[in-house]
Amino acid sequence: MPEPRSTAYDSKIESNVIFTRFDAALNWVHKNSLWPMPMGLACCAIELMATAASRFDIARFGAEVMRFSPRQCDVMIVAGTVTYKMALAVKRIYEQMPEPKWVIAMGACASTGGMYRSYAVLQGIDQLLPVDVYVSGCPPRPEALLAGLMKLQEKISGERSFRNQKPELVERFEAALP
Amino acid sequence: MTCEEALASLEKSLGEKIQNKTEFRGETTYTIPAANLREIAKFCRDELSFDYLIDITSIDNSSEEPRFEIVYELYSVSLGAHLRLKLRVSEAAGSVDTVSDIWPTANWHEREIYDMMGIKFDGHPDLRRILMWDGYPFFPLRKEFPLEGLPSEVPDVAFTKATPLEGGPFVTRPSTATAKDREPRARPPQL
Repeated sequence: MPEPRSTAYDSKIESNVIFTRFDAALNWVHKNSLWPMPMGLACCAIELMATAASRFDIARFGAEVMRFSPRQCDVMIVAGTVTYKMALAVKRIYEQMPEPKWVIAMGACASTGGMYRSYAVLQGIDQLLPVDVYVSGCPPRPEALLAGLMKLQEKISGERSFRNQKPELVERFEAALP
Repeated sequence: MTCEEALASLEKSLGEKIQNKTEFRGETTYTIPAANLREIAKFCRDELSFDYLIDITSIDNSSEEPRFEIVYELYSVSLGAHLRLKLRVSEAAGSVDTVSDIWPTANWHEREIYDMMGIKFDGHPDLRRILMWDGYPFFPLRKEFPLEGLPSEVPDVAFTKATPLEGGPFVTRPSTATAKDREPRARPPQL
């Protein structure tokens, strides 16, 4: 019978094993591959396109895969003025995104209604969706959107993903603990 | 035919139907009765070659009677000339004849006026709202409609809420003063 040895000091597998919390690993996967839903509604969408293009290159942060089907998206970037006519459509698209999902409100209009204090404009998408990051600017420069994306990555790395996504598994596991 | 000849021909044929004529910096404006709109519009297009309807707009002179004014901006490609037709509509009448069969572009312009001002167009092929949604209960460009809007709800289509104006509306003041004095500030109407 072989002598029991500590895994980390096993020279044969040492470099192939990483010890971490499950949440940390899951979050690391989530945050470095955020597929955006480009909810472009106004001029912010132009800056969103610039952010995706080569000069600013959102691919450096793993978020280059803009998907036009909400079913393949992780983060909705609400870029532009949300009119009341569009509001419920935006909400419907958000509801079609699979969990886990996040929302970036890009620019003044998506965050607060911006300069449109008017009968036709929803005064901030946070009245309908849970916004994770607000990006200021009218429109924000691509660097600002990238900063917002990094902020979101920071937020994701602190999340208790496993507990949020599989509460029943966590409960069973905790019940089984002595 | 020059622009002057075209206008002279219009006045010769339909002179008794023109209520008023104004000229300002080479722009001619005729005020016409709403009842004669189609006749005059057809004459302008067929006889005078005003083949292009640039725009139709409407004005709400809230306290005056008749309350609404509709403005037709015509252009003749061959003459290179503009012509403006104006007519008044009372709130009680509430409708004008359509010109969408004369200039097809009028279709959407008239829908927009119906949507924003609530003026109907008799004979329009498809008079639905164009910017707001079916079921929205207000006409937002009427003077009595507040800037901040009014709450409404059409289930599963759209809802609206009144906008917090936070001390606004933010308006400029006509003045020759410096930009600092002219810039938009919260100036609630003195009631």
